[in-house]
Amino acid sequence: MCLAIPMKLIKIEGNKGVVELSGIQKEVSLNLLTNVKVGDYLIIHAGFAIEKLNEKEAKETLSIWEEIGNLQQS
Amino acid sequence: MKRILLSHGSGGKATASLIRDLMLKKFGNSILNELNDSAILNSTGEQKLCFTTDSFVVNPLFFTGGDIATLAVNGTVNDLAVMGARPLYLSCSFILEEGVEWNMLDRITTSMANAARKAKIQIVTGDTKVVEKGNTDKMYINTSGIGLLQKGLIISKELITAGDKIIINGEIGAHGLAVMSKRENFKTNIKSDCAPLWDIINNMLSVGGIKFMRDPTRGGVATVLCEIAENSNIGIKIKEESLPIHENVLSFSEILGLDPLYIANEGKVIAVVDKDKEKPMLSNMKKNALGKESAVIGEITKENKGKVVLETVIGGERIIDRLTGDQLPRIC
Amino acid sequence: MKYITEYRNKDLSLRLAGKINDYLLEYKGQISLMEVCGTHTHSIFRSGIMNLLSKNIKHLSGPGCPVCVTPNEYIDTAIAYSRLPDIIITTFGDMIKVPGSTSSLEKEKAAGGKVKIVYSPLESLEIARTNPKKKVVFLGVGFETTAPLVASTILTASDEKIKNFFVLSGHKLIPPAMTALLENKEVKIDGFICPGHVSAIIGEKPYEPIAFGYGIPSVIIGFEPIDLLQGIEMLVKQITKEKEPTVENQYRRVVRKNGNVKAMSLIKKVFETKDSTWRGLGQLPKSGLYIKDRYFHFDAAKQIKVTVEATKTPSKCICGKVLTGTKKPYDCKLFGKLCTPENPIGPCMVSSEGTCAAYYKFNKQ
Repeated sequence: MCLAIPMKLIKIEGNKGVVELSGIQKEVSLNLLTNVKVGDYLIIHAGFAIEKLNEKEAKETLSIWEEIGNLQQS
Repeated sequence: MKRILLSHGSGGKATASLIRDLMLKKFGNSILNELNDSAILNSTGEQKLCFTTDSFVVNPLFFTGGDIATLAVNGTVNDLAVMGARPLYLSCSFILEEGVEWNMLDRITTSMANAARKAKIQIVTGDTKVVEKGNTDKMYINTSGIGLLQKGLIISKELITAGDKIIINGEIGAHGLAVMSKRENFKTNIKSDCAPLWDIINNMLSVGGIKFMRDPTRGGVATVLCEIAENSNIGIKIKEESLPIHENVLSFSEILGLDPLYIANEGKVIAVVDKDKEKPMLSNMKKNALGKESAVIGEITKENKGKVVLETVIGGERIIDRLTGDQLPRIC
Repeated sequence: MKYITEYRNKDLSLRLAGKINDYLLEYKGQISLMEVCGTHTHSIFRSGIMNLLSKNIKHLSGPGCPVCVTPNEYIDTAIAYSRLPDIIITTFGDMIKVPGSTSSLEKEKAAGGKVKIVYSPLESLEIARTNPKKKVVFLGVGFETTAPLVASTILTASDEKIKNFFVLSGHKLIPPAMTALLENKEVKIDGFICPGHVSAIIGEKPYEPIAFGYGIPSVIIGFEPIDLLQGIEMLVKQITKEKEPTVENQYRRVVRKNGNVKAMSLIKKVFETKDSTWRGLGQLPKSGLYIKDRYFHFDAAKQIKVTVEATKTPSKCICGKVLTGTKKPYDCKLFGKLCTPENPIGPCMVSSEGTCAAYYKFNKQ
């Protein structure tokens, strides 16, 4: 059971939040997470946020690939 | 005991088996056996008559960009248009559930009138039945349509040859998702593309070079492409990066685990066009309000006979096949 | 689509594929990589990455499809419930086509059974709230990604004192299945593609016995084409160059080393681990989640009495071997002939992420 998508948290209402991706909005449960804030990207699975996306790691992963590109070009 | 399942109504392989094993077997004939979007009748006169029928059972009845009435008019009108026939007259039958609100039916019939005006057709005959509460899902509508085939026009799968281009008049997947977003409790800005196609198709016909046309309704673009390729001596190659898809449609598909290629459209035509006509055809289509995002999505090939091959966005390859029944939202 | 589109870059994909193929040229041998998550199977085929990679990478699809590994007994029980007059069965989409011993939920629905497809267990709970005279049963199928959701829903039901919501738990755990695969001497696995979202819950540690105990390199990988290629690059590098197999995490933007501690605590609160039967693998020790006595009010297995037909397992179906990667779908005598997506015999063909369905749809070889 793995289908999950990163969506941006735009509103918090108690233990529920509203997440958004490309104009699609859904109310989801935040029961599985602590310390989330509006603006965080959350991984959404079956109506729940299961993890918060680490944007720093996301940037680092991408920059490694750019490195591969630069190495191969030089 | 063998029973009818929902998948028998979804336009995929199960539907095809049902039609083959029951309808064609019992009352097939040379016209019906073609299984075209509309039947071309053996009629006298300079222009042949085209005849088609369709039933509409959508839930919810109202969705962003349309309702059951606009579907009922445009669905049938487009089945005529993609055969190259100017739609003229529709019949309309209502099956209503006891207890349906008068105001709702008022809204529906107003919508139907507007759709008929926009499609430039007249509704000339009809029927109404009411069934006991619980025996139907608020309302079902059937429309049948008659149109006049353009004089001398021949459009057929047999004309398709390697090198022909596959063109669509705009973005895919919106209708099915507009309907689904109401059902699945998501808030989206996705709007159904439900619209009458005769104007844009009439312009396309004037460019010439059209070998075949079909509207990718239930089962989506993938099903139409499979229907073209299967049991033929040609193959189809599609480029995923050429498919016009709006970001909100792509995102919603990702969330539900659906493939946009299989999602229904109600204002789209796929045309297989002679390669020499590719540029003038695209240019002509883009002048029409329903063709601003027209695109070449692939071509007919000598290789991979009978198959539809998709080149993925990263340069890989996969085969596109028919679905059995409805595409189900995935969880995994 | 932020954090999705960037990971579908063609240029980078081709470069990563090139790097992987270079390793294999040097290595001059075949390596077998197994993914244990149905979504990985689906993503690999959907992206077409295997076309870009050397034929010396043998790709095995293991038992990661939760529908695939649900045994006939579970489906037969769900079918038996669906025939009771005051029950509404709620389930994820793929389950309805799964064949049990003699029927399926799709067929029961056609015969009048109340079966509703839901996107979330929360929808199931809402159906229970709005239908107080009915018993609403949620089919709890899925691995560690989904179990905490169901645990949370049971706790909400408990707080609200909802009396008509039940779960038939078929949840299973991935690491015991991976260990069971390695105990089978027939299977040759050189590296594991570890499931990204299961790992978001359980973290990196559960894979350590696999890497350090069994000596199999294991990389936690995401689902986009770039994730798959980058993760396979890490695996192939470990296999062909590094000396000591280890657990690595390619999906660091989602998977933390210790996983989601809160989600794990919810699983521990509501479920206990016991032996369970897996289609194709038999009974595996401590591999299934069952509702604790404290929440037995919500346990369908304890609360709803029903007679279930005797389980029958189809004889020529080799789903078990396909799941373990010892056979490919086209090795099965039934594949594409008697067993097709329209008429599935084993769950590997039924589920859209099942190995046979994926092969049928994308390969047909």
